[in-house]
Amino acid sequence: MIKPILIFGYGNESRGDDALGVLMLAHIENHCSLEQIDLLTDFQLQIEHALDLEGRELVLFIDASVKSDIEFEFTQLTPMRDTSYTSHAISPASVLDVYQNMKKEAPPPCFLLAIGAESFELGDGLSSKATQNFTCATKFTERLLSNLTVEFWTLQRSK
Amino acid sequence: MYAHLETAKNTDNLKRVVIDPVSRVEGHGKVTLLLDENNKVQQARLHIVEFRGFEKFIQGRPYWELPVLVQRLCGICPVSHHLAAAKAIDQLVGVDPENLPLSATKLRKLLHFGQVLQSHALHFFHLSSPDLLFGFESDIQKRSIVAVLNAFPDIGLQGVKLRKYGQEVIRMISGKRIHGTGAVAGGMNKALSKEERDYLLTDIDQIIAWASASVQLVKKVHRSNLPYYDSFGTIQSNYLGLVQPDGALELYHGGLRVKNANGDTLFDHIDYCQYNDYIHEEVRSWSYMKFPYLTSLGKEAGWYRVGPLARVNNCDYINTPIAETERVEFKAHSADAMVHSTLAFHWARLIELLHCAESIKELLNDCDIIRHDEPVKGERRFEGIGVIEATRGTLFHHYQVDENDIVTKANLIVSTTSNNMGMNESVRQVAAEYLSGQELTEPLLNNLEVAIRAYDPCLSCATHAVGKMPLQVELINSAGDIIDKLIKHDTGHIEHIQ
Repeated sequence: MIKPILIFGYGNESRGDDALGVLMLAHIENHCSLEQIDLLTDFQLQIEHALDLEGRELVLFIDASVKSDIEFEFTQLTPMRDTSYTSHAISPASVLDVYQNMKKEAPPPCFLLAIGAESFELGDGLSSKATQNFTCATKFTERLLSNLTVEFWTLQRSK
Repeated sequence: MYAHLETAKNTDNLKRVVIDPVSRVEGHGKVTLLLDENNKVQQARLHIVEFRGFEKFIQGRPYWELPVLVQRLCGICPVSHHLAAAKAIDQLVGVDPENLPLSATKLRKLLHFGQVLQSHALHFFHLSSPDLLFGFESDIQKRSIVAVLNAFPDIGLQGVKLRKYGQEVIRMISGKRIHGTGAVAGGMNKALSKEERDYLLTDIDQIIAWASASVQLVKKVHRSNLPYYDSFGTIQSNYLGLVQPDGALELYHGGLRVKNANGDTLFDHIDYCQYNDYIHEEVRSWSYMKFPYLTSLGKEAGWYRVGPLARVNNCDYINTPIAETERVEFKAHSADAMVHSTLAFHWARLIELLHCAESIKELLNDCDIIRHDEPVKGERRFEGIGVIEATRGTLFHHYQVDENDIVTKANLIVSTTSNNMGMNESVRQVAAEYLSGQELTEPLLNNLEVAIRAYDPCLSCATHAVGKMPLQVELINSAGDIIDKLIKHDTGHIEHIQ
C-alpha cells in the first residue's frame, strides 16, 4: 500500500558528509510517526525513481549539499532539465522532469532539504560542520513533519 | 595505432585544451589535448581520478563484513562488488565455487543478471541513446534522456522500466535496493519465496521483448552509417574475459580467456586465482589510474580491453537462444573476425542485456531458486580471490586475512582500470581523426566523450550532493594563459569566454 507522503534520503554512508540524507532518514524513522510516510533510500537518484513518485501527495528529497556555507536549505522543486542527467546520477528536479515526460502530467508537490556538507572522502565520518548542520536540520525536519500539508511546507521554504 | 600521441616530443609551444569533468560517466575524468599552432593534436590523454582508498577502506575490517561493505565503493555497480567479495570470502571459509550449494549459485547468478540488466539498460537508454539517436554533434539540449522521452516516448519509457525491473530482481533477492545481504560466505542467506518469484515472472516476457527490440534498434543505428560506426574510435586490441568450460559466454564464474586482435587464443580456461601470473599493472606519471597488461606480451603490446565487446568477441556461443542469434549476426558483421569498433560496445552490450533477460526467465522457472540451502564451510584459508564479469568487465577482488579474521591486504582490479589504455587509445584516435586541425567546438569535443562513454567507465564516486561542477573546456597557450574557455552550466547553457 503506497502511503501519501514519500521521504527520499539518499547518499553513500561511507563517503563522509554524503551520509547526511541517509542519516536524516534514520532519524525520522526513530523519532517521527510513519503512519502516512514511506521512507526510501538509495546511493543516488536515477531515472527509475520517477516511478516512486506515482500516487504520492507530497514528496521530500533529503541530500547533502556541496554548499558548505549553509546550515540547510528547504526549497520547492519544479521539473527541470539540467546537465545532471548527463551523469550516472541525476538531480531531484530532473527526476521530476522524467516523471512529467513519462506520465504526461505534473508530478506531485516535491521539496528538497539540502544540508550543508564539506567532505566526501571514502571511509570518513561526518565532518564537525556537517554534524552541526545535521542537528539544526533535524529540528527543522521534525517541525516540518508535524504538519504534512503543501500549504505548511510552502511557508517553510528558505527562498 | 595512436600511441605516438600519448606523449608529445616537445610541449613547449603547444596549446592545452582541458575538458573537465567528462560528463555522463560515473565520477570525474579529464581529457587534455595539446595542440600546435595549426590546431593539430600533438598529445591526447584521458586522466581519471583514481579509485584511491578502496584497499585502505577494506583493510582492517573482518572479512564477513566485506560483501556488504564493498557495495559502498560504488553506487552504480554495488552488486558486482558484492558478488566478487562473496566469491573471495567463500574461499576464506574453504568453499570453492563447485562446492557452493546449487541453489546459492543459481540465486547469485540471478542477482548478477538483474544487476547487469539494469546497468546495461541505464547505459544505453539513459547515457548513450541521446548520442546515438540524435547524432554526436547534435544540439546539447537534445543529448539527454528527457529529449529521448520526448522524441521516442516508447523507447524512453522502456529504458526506465527495464532499469526498474533489474532493480526489482536485486531487491527481491537482497531484501532491499541497496546494502542488501544476499550473498554470505559459503552461500546465500535466503531463497526467493514463491510469491517473489511469481512477481518477477509477471513481467519477464515483456522485458525480453523490450530487450530484443533494443538490439534491433542498436543494429539499425549502427548500420545507418556503417563506415562511420565501424571506424569511430576504433582500435585493435587484445580482449580478456571469463568463459564457461565449453567456451560459452559467462558472467558469474569461469576461466580466463584472452584473444589477440587477430582472434588467436593466447591463453584459455586459466584459473583466475593465478591472475597474478598473467596480469601486471603499470604506473604512469601522468595518471592516477594504473595500466594493466598481460605479462607475457609486455607493457607495450600487452594491454587489453574488457567488458561487453571483449566478452562477445571472446566467447564461442551464448547459451540463450535469442541472444545467440544476435551474437551470430554480430560476428557475421565482421565475417567472424574480431569486432574492434569501439561503438560496437553498444551493440554487444545490448546482446548481453538480452542474454540477461532470457537467463532471468530461465532461472525464475528453476525450482532451485525457491529452495534454501544453509551456507557451507570447509577448511579455513587465509587468502581468497573472487573474480566475476561485472557490467563493465572483469572485476578482481583479492584479500588476505589474519588469524583474527581481519583483512590485512586487499587488491582490486576494477573493469575501468583494465580499459584504461583502450579508452586512451580511442581518445587519441578520435582526436587525430576528427579534431586535428579543426576549430574546437562543443559538439566536436562531445565526440571525445562519446568514445569514452562507449566503454561505460565507472569512476565510482558514488557521491553526488546537490550542486555539481559544470563542464569546463579551457584552451591554454604555452605560457599558461587561458586564451579560450567554454563552460557548460547546470542548465545546459554553454558560455563562451574569450
